[in-house]
Amino acid sequence: MKTTIELMNIRKSFSGKEVLKGIDLQIASGEIFGLLGPSGAGKTTLIRIMTGRLMPDGGQALLFGKEPGTLNGKERKQIGMMMDDFGLYERLSCLDNLAVFASIYGVNKKRVEEILDGVNLWEARKRPAADLSKGMRGRLSLARAILAEPELLCLDEPTTGLDPATAAQIHELIQKEKERGATIFLTTHNMEEASKLCDHVALLNEGSIVEYGQPEEICRRYNHQHKIKIRFYSGEQKEFGCDGSEADVIADYLRQGMIETIHSTEPDLETVFMERTGRGLD
Amino acid sequence: MRWVNIKAVFGKQIKETLKNKEVLIQFMMFPLLAVIMENLIHIEGMPEHYFTNLFSAMYVGMAPLIATVAILAEEKEKGTLRVLLMANVKPGEYLTGVGIYVWSACMLGSCVFVLTGGYRGSEAFIFLGTMGIGILISMVLGAAIGAMSRNQMSATAVSVPMMLVLAFLPMLAAFNETIEKAARFVYTQQISLLVGRASEKVINMQNVGILAINVFLVFVFFLYAYRKAELD
Repeated sequence: MKTTIELMNIRKSFSGKEVLKGIDLQIASGEIFGLLGPSGAGKTTLIRIMTGRLMPDGGQALLFGKEPGTLNGKERKQIGMMMDDFGLYERLSCLDNLAVFASIYGVNKKRVEEILDGVNLWEARKRPAADLSKGMRGRLSLARAILAEPELLCLDEPTTGLDPATAAQIHELIQKEKERGATIFLTTHNMEEASKLCDHVALLNEGSIVEYGQPEEICRRYNHQHKIKIRFYSGEQKEFGCDGSEADVIADYLRQGMIETIHSTEPDLETVFMERTGRGLD
Repeated sequence: MRWVNIKAVFGKQIKETLKNKEVLIQFMMFPLLAVIMENLIHIEGMPEHYFTNLFSAMYVGMAPLIATVAILAEEKEKGTLRVLLMANVKPGEYLTGVGIYVWSACMLGSCVFVLTGGYRGSEAFIFLGTMGIGILISMVLGAAIGAMSRNQMSATAVSVPMMLVLAFLPMLAAFNETIEKAARFVYTQQISLLVGRASEKVINMQNVGILAINVFLVFVFFLYAYRKAELD
């Protein structure tokens, strides 16, 4: 398995406060990795260290097998970034915002137009970024991040504050990037987003990783109840054990067409996080 | 240093400023005032091209300083500087791109003063050379303040009083001997003196020496600010 990001015992303190307490992570090439945690957990600090914009106090970060600070210009262009504040030139149009970075990356005009079309901003290409809705700004920021077709895409809270429809559009674009072969590192505190998009997630709390794995696997691991919940057309709800002792009863209900929905009772990622840390993710 | 990155920052800055009235007005205000005043006000006994000399020194103390501070502070506050650095634009390349832009824009303004002052040939050359050095000093000072400031508000709080002192000191020095004695160590006063004598085609080495010390000091201050700001 080819690894794009390797973090080994990363430590970082600010003014004596330890923000990252020995982070170990390996992120495989081509996967979507989600770093989940509440605000102030150290997610953005980790991205800054990972991309070489901040030196760790201890440990080692490797990107494409090299220390971030030693990456050359060509390798740096393989990293696309989308920050939570978008960082757009407010007075410039969508087209000009991308044109600035197209000239830095050596990308031609046709690619800029393709990207604008791909993120559904072609009609708004001449509008200043200041006049765009938050969702459109998010898409423009993502367009800039994927402009040079990077191997690694770092997305810091890509859908925070967006409505569900716009968030879904961003998710679709992220999936397309994965299909292209990009490795995606995203930070979020949206559990649903992480469960839907990510191949692996890590739960970060107060500078430490408290859980790591595939989202479903983590949820299964914390399924202490091992029950299924049935909702009947009558509106009544019942829980049954998964040991098979009540299988005949459930089969009867099914035969009689009484069951509206059946759900397993494994927790979602938020519940897991709460169980591990005693606090929520918001 | 990669020219392609410097060119991208320079091009971005031109597009931005054309849509940014606050910065645009800095480049145009004093040259326009000089054109208007030189053409409208003629008082007997007033030195020749009085307004050109007065406003050119003010221009040096105001336009490059405020423009550079405004550009840097806004880029830091809006997160665009971070995005540029993430796109592998080195801080030196960014500052060079912005610097070339501000210096060029201010030199264009200085060309207006050449016309209003009626400078020709070597006079114009001496005038523009003097203005060029003064603009460079103000710009480096602006870059230092902009780099150290966390946001536009804190940048304004520092740059506006500094700009007022630098821009108005040459004028105040003309009215008060004590102020004149103190002002002679400040570069805008030296620019004012050198510009006033440009038509005599004489360069006073004392003025140049004080100017050189000012250049040295602002570069030392800039290096300190640059390291403290951690633009890298």
